[in-house]
Amino acid sequence: TASQELFSLCALAGVGKSSLVHLLCHNQVLGNPSWTVGCSVDVRIHDYKEGTPEEKTYYIELWDVGGSVGSATSVKSTRAVFYNLLNGIILVHDLTNKKSSQNLYRWSLEALNRDVAPTGVLVTNGDYDREQFGDNQIPLLVIGTKLDQIPETKRNEVLTRTAFLAEDFNAEEINLDCTNPRYLAAGSSNAVKLSRFFDKVIEKRYFLRDGNQVCHFS
Amino acid sequence: MQVLSASSFLQVLFFGFGWLFFMRKLFKDYEVRQYVVQVIFSVTFAFSCTMFELIIFEILGVLNSSSRYFHWKLNLCVILLILVFMVPFYIGYFVVSNIRLLHRQKLLFACVVWLTFMYFFWKLGDPFPILSPKHGILSIEQLISRVGVIGVTLMALLSGFGAVNCPYTYMSYFLRNVTDADILALERRLLQTMDMIVSKKKRIAVAHRTMFQRGEVHNRPTGFWGMIKSVTTSVPGSENLSLIQQEVDALEELSRQLFLETADLHATKERIEYSKTFQGKYFNFLGYFFSIYCVWKIFMATINIVFDRVGKTDPVTRGIEITVNYLGIQFDVKFWSQHISFILVGIIIVTSIRGLLITLTKFFYAISSSKSSNVIVLLLAQIMGMYFVSSVLLIRMSMPPEYRTIITEVLGELQFNFYHRWFDVIFLVSALSSILFLYLAHKQAPEKHMAL
Repeated sequence: TASQELFSLCALAGVGKSSLVHLLCHNQVLGNPSWTVGCSVDVRIHDYKEGTPEEKTYYIELWDVGGSVGSATSVKSTRAVFYNLLNGIILVHDLTNKKSSQNLYRWSLEALNRDVAPTGVLVTNGDYDREQFGDNQIPLLVIGTKLDQIPETKRNEVLTRTAFLAEDFNAEEINLDCTNPRYLAAGSSNAVKLSRFFDKVIEKRYFLRDGNQVCHFS
Repeated sequence: MQVLSASSFLQVLFFGFGWLFFMRKLFKDYEVRQYVVQVIFSVTFAFSCTMFELIIFEILGVLNSSSRYFHWKLNLCVILLILVFMVPFYIGYFVVSNIRLLHRQKLLFACVVWLTFMYFFWKLGDPFPILSPKHGILSIEQLISRVGVIGVTLMALLSGFGAVNCPYTYMSYFLRNVTDADILALERRLLQTMDMIVSKKKRIAVAHRTMFQRGEVHNRPTGFWGMIKSVTTSVPGSENLSLIQQEVDALEELSRQLFLETADLHATKERIEYSKTFQGKYFNFLGYFFSIYCVWKIFMATINIVFDRVGKTDPVTRGIEITVNYLGIQFDVKFWSQHISFILVGIIIVTSIRGLLITLTKFFYAISSSKSSNVIVLLLAQIMGMYFVSSVLLIRMSMPPEYRTIITEVLGELQFNFYHRWFDVIFLVSALSSILFLYLAHKQAPEKHMAL
């Protein structure tokens, strides 16, 4: 049997999660993105500790949970079904739309509070609480999409803002354009960050718990 | 003069309300990049509300008659200008900006779109007997009559659907029985389907990887020779792959349906719990009233159409007549008639504004995306403007004759009777088709769960 990690991608609708997932899993650009209903999954094969003698290959399942943070409670309850076996969270936001990054706080609360019933009372009202993210065990990654649509003059301002955002979440950040595979070309800093993130997740899942290696893909 | 400034103050107030509504409710998930959209929306809202304000002024007798008339005319001209020239032009402009090809000549194509709109808008007047022929080509009456037709159609559609949907959602009689076990079973099925999808995708990923590593990446065969080669040397793995891919597509479709059903079940369960609360019981009770009201309205609409009659007296005058003549209660007719019509018309105005804004918001959330948000908001502004103009047209019927005159004067010689008939027809059609639609949807749902 092969091992697997479950990720969840959280973001507003229209941000570009489907294109991102397609790029991450197939190294190709998604030709005809359409509206995501419900949840869609895709699988990426990842080489853990690539280039070292301990290299092993793992499956990574990317679960794209769509919709909006302001959805009806019924949709939230349905989404909660998918949060059960999370090993990592990728938060996706649209660089051209400030409000989508503000929503990320609510998304992470929704995903991390999966033990609380969706209709239960959340202590915070979506406001950011640093302590909650400080001792959070689940690795987070923040990805900003539609980088190509930001004019050069505004780029610095936008990138500073997203750097603060990633720091809030205690996470790495990647900014890219999902219609262009060169952002994740092998050897680029983005690809390295991505690799490191997936490695971290695999470690948390398999190694740090009991120190023994569990089965791997052969 | 201080009343003049009072009315402009009110207008600014309405504008501010529209602005806030836009920012807080409609665009709360999007960034406003084109402020002109927000301005247009707020301006349309402000001028539409001013029309209602002028009706109230009419009833209360604020300002003197000629200045009221002047205000009416001015307001009407501005609103028509917005609805017929500005908003359609901007809709065309934003639609064109979204299409990459026509990016260069935005203005030109926007004008082309606007001219097409004007052509169809004009043609709209032909099949309807809405004007007496003595009016010129470019008069207010021409524009208003057409705007009225569109607006009345919208009003009747929304009204018909609302009249049927309201009791359906309020009454708990129609709630399907949903238990926790049902929801768990459906969720389990959903997760199982997702697991199957994952395992199939794993196989595909592995196969792709092996092919890639062996250097056998097959893209589309290029050229004539490539096609011949692909016929003779087919890789055995690739046929299996396309089969698995088809299975994955089918499973994904299934998972989408299961997701929607699960969300539906959760929503029904919430509604069942809500119906057990005090508020829920109150709404359930209201639902029975509304269903009677709805049946009565459908009945009246049928009678109006069959017997070709339009109500001659408004509810206020008729109510007063009944109390005076049959119940023998004497009171100062003029005084009470003014106050009662003020209250009645006020209620009608407020509920229709609120109802429309809520419906528009729901609509906007359902269909907008970050690309099309500008266009959709402008469309909603257009609908809102036309809706309010036609409600002024129809509200005329609910007012006693002494207050009706100014609307008749301002709007010119429209065939008001036609609009009421048209409203009845569309209302009937809309209500009956909503009943049919809800009946079918209701019938279909339990059978789906039986099959589990």
